[in-house]
Amino acid sequence: MMPPDLSKPASAASEAASASDTPLMSARSLVKTFTVGRTLRPGSGRTLHAVDAISLDVFPAETLGLVGESGSGKSTLGRCLTRLYDIDGGTLTFEGVDITRADARALKPMRRNVQMIFQDPSASLNPRRRVRDVLAEVLKVHRIREGAGIEQRLLELMDLVGLRREYLDRYPHEFSGGQRQRIGIARALAVEPKLIVADEPVSALDVSVQAQIVNLFSDLRERLDLTYVFIAHDLAVVRQVSSRVAVMYLGSIVETGETDALYARPSHPYTQALLSAIPQPHNRGSRERILLSGEIPSPLDPPTGCKFSTRCPQAQDICRQVRPVLAALSTERQVACHFPLG
Amino acid sequence: MTFVEKPILLDVNGLTVAFATDRGPVTAVRDVSFSVREGEILSIVGESGSGKSVTLLSLLGLHDRKTTRVNGMVSFRGRGILDLSPGELRSIRGREIGLISQDPMTALTPVYTIGWQIAEQIRAHERISARAARKRAVELLGEVGLSNPQEAVDRYPHQLSGGMRQRAVIAMALSCNPALLVADEPTTALDVTVQAQVLDLLLRLRKDFGSAIILITHDMGVVSEVADRVAVMYAGRIVERGETEAMFESPLHPYSWGLMGSIPPLAGPRLARLKSIPGMPPTPDRIGEGCGFAPRCAFARAACLERPPLRKIGTQAALCVLEEPERAALRRTVLSAEELA
Repeated sequence: MMPPDLSKPASAASEAASASDTPLMSARSLVKTFTVGRTLRPGSGRTLHAVDAISLDVFPAETLGLVGESGSGKSTLGRCLTRLYDIDGGTLTFEGVDITRADARALKPMRRNVQMIFQDPSASLNPRRRVRDVLAEVLKVHRIREGAGIEQRLLELMDLVGLRREYLDRYPHEFSGGQRQRIGIARALAVEPKLIVADEPVSALDVSVQAQIVNLFSDLRERLDLTYVFIAHDLAVVRQVSSRVAVMYLGSIVETGETDALYARPSHPYTQALLSAIPQPHNRGSRERILLSGEIPSPLDPPTGCKFSTRCPQAQDICRQVRPVLAALSTERQVACHFPLG
Repeated sequence: MTFVEKPILLDVNGLTVAFATDRGPVTAVRDVSFSVREGEILSIVGESGSGKSVTLLSLLGLHDRKTTRVNGMVSFRGRGILDLSPGELRSIRGREIGLISQDPMTALTPVYTIGWQIAEQIRAHERISARAARKRAVELLGEVGLSNPQEAVDRYPHQLSGGMRQRAVIAMALSCNPALLVADEPTTALDVTVQAQVLDLLLRLRKDFGSAIILITHDMGVVSEVADRVAVMYAGRIVERGETEAMFESPLHPYSWGLMGSIPPLAGPRLARLKSIPGMPPTPDRIGEGCGFAPRCAFARAACLERPPLRKIGTQAALCVLEEPERAALRRTVLSAEELA
């Protein structure tokens, strides 16, 4: 059962706001579902809407932060954007080319331009292959360099991510977590992509090392004119790296906006509660905490109306009946709420 | 809040923990001393490998006695507990000291209901009927904020969400009204909105039951929110300790400066770059007598190769050769006024 509002793209606002700039990647009413609990009986199993009709633009040279708690669908959305997942509905375009249903062959040119960095670098690096082989494979698959050019590029990549050149002949287990993430970044950079989707790239790292990698992301963006979609649950880290932020809850985007403005004046009650829940060593004691009751509901059985209505301190009757559409509040801000905060 | 007048509950003096490994003994915790007063929340903060969990496990006697050597003095309510037999320790653990572990999924067995597991713990320490223990379990689940304790008591761990499981583990730790709760990263596996609920619960428990809490965490934000006093661990040593307020206003140790500079602020002007600490923490087998942080410290000098002195300033203390006013001047080069609370 889906409210009628969601069948039409909720993107008119973002298109109007961005008329001056063509998006690099564009999603319209993107849907990704999973079937859970299926048995041999035909028609069994239930449908989980992990990404529930999301419309989103990624503009050149921006860093779009994608935040949300576990189960919000942010990682699934990231994997749809890179087409690691097949998409079940809506459209996805990259540089104007529709890639919603492109097959592996048709996707290959896009893969050169869109790369992904994963949370756990030890799980995403083959333990039996040296750094050299991991990186060179990417260059060979995409026929980017040949012969001596490959070696030259490998050295460049090591320099870019701040690893010593002689580490090329080491195996992943010989590195620390932070160094392994640098290798993951080097692999993504190898093909000189335009867009990098990074899924929780620093959350497995200790704070002192996390700061190094966050800085590396900033440096690389400037040096290589990269565009990032930066997925993370840590709102402080997202604020540090992002120019624009999209907040997700139960498979939907509830608010997007320019980073500083969104953090200073959240419009959606969920964004406000999320921000207030973060314990902060800076400015301690200077803010009021909004304690949400309960936890994020199961995406198998999302609340009717606004998905946040079951935990929202401001919820009214209409919130439990009609699902709000992501709509423009100003040129910079979109919010899906019947009663956005002033 | 100050706890100076309250009696000391747990006193740890010169705790040193070494493991036997294939490559010889490795010292994971060196000469660690701290105390916790009744009703006080002490936070031990540090990165992975700093020795914070080992410190806790060994003072609770939860280490492997065959491969681990624990030296030093640990007294709980004035009674030395390091030399107690496993049986004697068991009568303290669970009854007088409750443990909350990081991952509620591994702290709970999947094959029994939550209620059964809480009742088992109560009956291990008190002579009480199964029916009465179950009734206590329902009460405890209500106290930790489960909305429907009558129903939750018969649920299996997999039927509960992460936040509810952590509440169940806290209920279990509380079951015998312990004087001291030891919580090892109790909110690390939880989402921020749920973390806020659990931290709120810990503060309420201290208020309502007067339990002292040792909270192990890597999150400086959590520390600043709940702790009365802080101990910062690095490379097996407590490099700085003091009252939370003072420590956030004027951290003494260069490692603490680095930690605070590494955290991006949530409000105010954004920083062009974070002040990360170069390099990475040493593994325990690479730590000598000198300051463990010296290889990463921008202010390291020859004296840092020797065992660092303990310098006390007011309620604070740090293991570092730096002295005032040089320390304050150097701190200003690292942290701006806004970055200090």
